[in-house]
Amino acid sequence: MGYAVQMKGITKSFPGVLANDGIDFAVEENEIHCLLGENGCGKSTLMNVLFGIHKQEAGEILIKDKKSTITNTKEAHDAGIGMVHQHFMLVNPMTALDNIMLGKEPIGLFLDRQVARREISAMIEKYGFQIDLDASVSELAVGIKQRMEIVKILYRGADIIIMDEPTAVLTPQEVQELFKILTGLKADGKTIIFITHKLEETMAISDRVTVLRGGKKVKTVVTAQSSEKELARYMVGYDVNFDLERPPVECGDILLEVRNVQLLPNARHSVSFEIRKGEILGIAGVDGNGQQELEEMIMGVRKAPKGGSIIVNGSDITGTTTKFRKAYGMGHIPSDRYKSAMVKDFSVRENYMLGFQDHADLNTYGFIKHKVLAAFSQAQIKKYNVVVSSDESSIGTLSGGNQQKVIISRELGHDPDVVIVAQPTRGLDIGAIEFVHSTLIDLRRQGKAVLLISVELTEIMTLSDRIAVLCGGEIMDSFENSRDVTREQLGLLMAGKAVGGSYGEE
Amino acid sequence: MQFLDSLITHILPLGYQLSIPIALAAIAATISERLGVINLGIEGQMLVGAFAAVVGSHLTGSPVIGILFGMIAGGVFGLLHVTVCVKLRSNQAVCGVAINLLALGLTDFLTTLIWGTKISALVTRLPNVTVPLLERIPIAGVFFRNQTVFFYLLPLIVAAAYIFFYKTRWGLRVMAIGHNPQAALSAGINVVKYRYVGLMIAGVLAGLGGAYLSVAFNNAFVSDMVAGRGFMGIASNIFGGWNPLGSFLASFLFAFAQSLRYYVAGAVVPTQITQMLPYAITLIVLIAVKKRSRAPEAMGVLE
Repeated sequence: MGYAVQMKGITKSFPGVLANDGIDFAVEENEIHCLLGENGCGKSTLMNVLFGIHKQEAGEILIKDKKSTITNTKEAHDAGIGMVHQHFMLVNPMTALDNIMLGKEPIGLFLDRQVARREISAMIEKYGFQIDLDASVSELAVGIKQRMEIVKILYRGADIIIMDEPTAVLTPQEVQELFKILTGLKADGKTIIFITHKLEETMAISDRVTVLRGGKKVKTVVTAQSSEKELARYMVGYDVNFDLERPPVECGDILLEVRNVQLLPNARHSVSFEIRKGEILGIAGVDGNGQQELEEMIMGVRKAPKGGSIIVNGSDITGTTTKFRKAYGMGHIPSDRYKSAMVKDFSVRENYMLGFQDHADLNTYGFIKHKVLAAFSQAQIKKYNVVVSSDESSIGTLSGGNQQKVIISRELGHDPDVVIVAQPTRGLDIGAIEFVHSTLIDLRRQGKAVLLISVELTEIMTLSDRIAVLCGGEIMDSFENSRDVTREQLGLLMAGKAVGGSYGEE
Repeated sequence: MQFLDSLITHILPLGYQLSIPIALAAIAATISERLGVINLGIEGQMLVGAFAAVVGSHLTGSPVIGILFGMIAGGVFGLLHVTVCVKLRSNQAVCGVAINLLALGLTDFLTTLIWGTKISALVTRLPNVTVPLLERIPIAGVFFRNQTVFFYLLPLIVAAAYIFFYKTRWGLRVMAIGHNPQAALSAGINVVKYRYVGLMIAGVLAGLGGAYLSVAFNNAFVSDMVAGRGFMGIASNIFGGWNPLGSFLASFLFAFAQSLRYYVAGAVVPTQITQMLPYAITLIVLIAVKKRSRAPEAMGVLE
């Protein structure tokens, strides 16, 4: 069988970074090929080189055995390559039909939607996509939008389809649907390049895998002859410990209590739960179902609507400021690291002060106690192994994992009783994820109450003592975490389908 | 009855005449903003258009050539705006203001240089036309008697713009660019090219609106003679829902309120009230008409 894409010795550097270092990457025709690697391993750069967005410094690209001359998206389409981006490229106010045909409308002085509709409908029918062509994009569910993106590139005649981290935004069921679609496309003769950092998915969908690490290609293997463990080792360079011990902990008094908090204005039920000393409550759910509201209402960043209350250590703190809550023993590791947890251009040391600038330890009458701050920052850096040349370099220059270490060590440095942790491993590589997870387990051992909000089901299932599933701003169900809890069960709840049991009540 | 009579024979035609430059500016604004570019420089583009038209008419004796001059000058200033905003990526609002100041200073300077005063010499005006037969229609015949060509040109431009936006694939692409330029780019559309061409056409239309003021409505160039009509056009475009037809109707509403002022004055109503009329009408309409159309989502965002 021939090759759909051959990239030979691709080298591409950016100021200070060698993003691709002599990478060989070959995709056979009609296979599903995973491009696996951590953030910053050079996956996106490689694909951008293939798309002509970046020009390689060395190496050559063959597409269907012909030398590639692609320099923009249109030429990529003409060469039969299409990409489904992680962030959908859709025009919200326009209809699905207009979005799909945009840029490749039927020829003619006036726009003839009927011609396009016939062709697109046939395509939708053929692959069983189920898209309402007259709905405007903003009304469509995420899974449907993704299918639209696939139809969009099929309509442009693509037979090599690149999917960039396509499952990041999907529920487990939607992932299954996507895999069915991809299998169908393969059966129809298409070639699929699937970019991901998730091992399970790689095992489930691909025929072959190419693993990248630090800008270099590690290996290309046949999936069926490999294992998650082996792939993980290629990905990070050492053996990864997947089995995290969660030793039994005696749960103590209630530390955090959330009572009747209305998360989203149109949710029918408000949210109530409590977390005890030494307990991790995991909040599962697809992004955008009230997670950020919950996180921010508990921390006082966002005002909780009337009627709800938040109780910490037995005192009602509902109307208090975020500053008060932090001083009162609440730590916060925000979901949006760059927006809410740090000031990118400030030094690591200055970032250690953020949120605690009014602490008596750190200032006298408004003047910063620089010595105390420096001592604190250096102690935390040491304790948590933050890799940084000096604590005076700006935090923006650190890797995501090290930034997160700074934030975690800052929040934990003031010994909180309650810790609100949201999407703590978003964008981190495996090593950093291991660190975050073991830190959370450690918090539990120390008798903190931890609220873990995460879209990563694996994370929720490994760490939590109890799990609550959020959908549409409501808790669909909550239960003790045990080996009996399955992803499918959680997935149904995440999609808003109740599977019996208690509803919205603890 | 007397009012109704003057409404048809005087107020409506004058309102329509006053609406021509505003409507042209509004369509220029619609094109710009549908492409995601905020174009506050329309006022300045009109001003250079007005000036160049007078120069053209002065030099050649032909107001038609003057109007061509005006359109070219507007187009060049449109090109300046798009180059600074899209190519050099400077702030669009600041760039628009700068273009207006540049146009004001430049036209004043050149007027003084050529004519030695702040007012140009009188030039040949675009002759008015009378449509045979149609002028004999009772009452409405006034619309076909002794009017400028612009009177009939405007509906054609509005219709052409409307058809472009809603009936052609290029219009669909323009709207996509205004809502989400990244998506347009990924659909293989050359966003930069569309913005260049669109902003130049917007400049040409603004220049045409300026030329109307200086060689059709008047016959000389006076310092700052556009007097905010460009900004009224931008407002009409927003009020009209980023839609050529809506832009035109909104412009007419503004202009009608102005013309009403001339005729209601001197009647029983105190002048303060009549002077307030255009603004009051605008306010009432703004409140009454709910927002129907969605603004381009990526206005001011390059990508």
